[in-house]
Amino acid sequence: MQFLSYLISGISLGSVYALIALGYTMVYGIAKMLNFAHGDIIMIGSYVIFFAFGGFGWNPILSVVVSMVVCTILGTVIERVAYRPLREAPSLAVLITAIGVSYLLQQVAQLMWSPDPKSFQSIVAGAGLKPLELFGGKLTISAEAIVTIIACVVIMVALTAFVNHTVPGHAMLAVSEDRGAAQLMGVNVNATIALTFAIGSALAAVAGALLCSSYPTLSPTTGAMPGIKAFVAAVFGGIGSIPGAFLGGVLLGVIENLSKAYISTQLSDAIVFLVLIVVLVVKPTGLLGKKINVKV
Amino acid sequence: MALLEVSNLGIAFGGLQAVSQLDMTIEKGHLYGLIGPNGAGKTTVFNMLTGVYRPTEGNIVLDGQDITGKTPEAISKAGIARTFQNIRLFDEMSVLDNVKVGMHNQVQYGLWTGILRLPAYREKEHEMNRKAHALLKIFDLDGEANLKASQLPYGKQRKLEIARALATNPKLLLLDEPAAGMNPNETAELMNTVRSVRDQFGIAILLIEHDMNFVMGICEEITVLDYGRVIAHGDGKSIRNNPKVIAAYLGGD
Repeated sequence: MQFLSYLISGISLGSVYALIALGYTMVYGIAKMLNFAHGDIIMIGSYVIFFAFGGFGWNPILSVVVSMVVCTILGTVIERVAYRPLREAPSLAVLITAIGVSYLLQQVAQLMWSPDPKSFQSIVAGAGLKPLELFGGKLTISAEAIVTIIACVVIMVALTAFVNHTVPGHAMLAVSEDRGAAQLMGVNVNATIALTFAIGSALAAVAGALLCSSYPTLSPTTGAMPGIKAFVAAVFGGIGSIPGAFLGGVLLGVIENLSKAYISTQLSDAIVFLVLIVVLVVKPTGLLGKKINVKV
Repeated sequence: MALLEVSNLGIAFGGLQAVSQLDMTIEKGHLYGLIGPNGAGKTTVFNMLTGVYRPTEGNIVLDGQDITGKTPEAISKAGIARTFQNIRLFDEMSVLDNVKVGMHNQVQYGLWTGILRLPAYREKEHEMNRKAHALLKIFDLDGEANLKASQLPYGKQRKLEIARALATNPKLLLLDEPAAGMNPNETAELMNTVRSVRDQFGIAILLIEHDMNFVMGICEEITVLDYGRVIAHGDGKSIRNNPKVIAAYLGGD
């Protein structure tokens, strides 16, 4: 029974990683860049909820929606100001810029809201949802875990449908395969990349809300570690692949939680990264990664 | 007025003048050939016409509209479509979806209409599918509509590239070595296809090709490039007998 409980909270944690990983993987697939500021967008989104819900006492769903709007705007503005001018620049320049944006967001957050951790009120509990008790109280599943897992599955299904069955979705697929050819077929590449950032950032806001509801402390560096782990999850599942981000995220969460429970709390992160290394040695493109076509 | 008027077009990469003083006029509905030895600058001309490269001198006017230096997507919208020397399909997407990407410019609906699959969206989607299937049928590809583009045999991939380019609703279609890698039977079939595309769609076609039978067989007008300059222009017969062209291909002075 205890195993089941660890497993479920692992899936829940992994669902958060998956939501963040979706942002990494979509941006990588379409803009061919690693947006290291993605984790910090989560942090900003969480602060928005902290003030909207915890501070002003707004409705929890409204708070999340406001946070999504703020993150979407922030994500697209960052793309427009920091990344678009570097569209034809070497990828290393873009990577360094992304790291710069990440530190900028963290420092601005420190200046505005101080580095002290704040205690975050769970929006799930705030919405009046109660933990689920099963088997006569032997197994308790937190409401946060249930909401997180459901939210992740719903978003995955919606996103997959969007990408595969809509015109903007097809534009994303086309740009991710061959930006130049897509452009020559009349696809607006800049708009497509902006849309990708908008979607990724909105998902980051949802991930932030769920993450801080389960692990209720918030500081300017809150987004950093989950951001890195979600990046690992994206690589683990096969960067550029949407189902890969989902699979990688959930597996990563489960491995992390089970090794915390059964092996060692201190070593759990080390184990996570060890698994990543092993997977990449055996399958360099990740679990569901596409084979890399070298164009000549 | 001619469909495409290129005047004094040139481009330099650093100190290298890849193309210079290119004049070319393509009439509506014409089949036009651009030939020349390897490295003559033919694909560079295509890249300038489609906005991949920005010309350093000269003008390109399509149907009265100056398109010099515009972005590839704007030029696609203005009415030039192309295929590539090395096939560049969206390999992981279905044959049908490849064609639908080409229609991107012509569909307008909001993001939410698409996400929520509102009736307006479904109607447009239906219309797009119908058009895409009709295009695939012309190239005898409608049976393979749901395969991934990468699963098609080589010859059909070349055809799909033409279908995808036509989906953008062009006035001028550029074909970059359409017969490359094809056997004589496939080449003969492609000649018929290219002709019937011109007739059915009423568009002009500019093509680069090394297969001289192909070029002489279907092009009404030919321009020959060598070292980025026009060395000859005329119909197939006059080109075939032009001493400059023979010298460029066979060497000598």
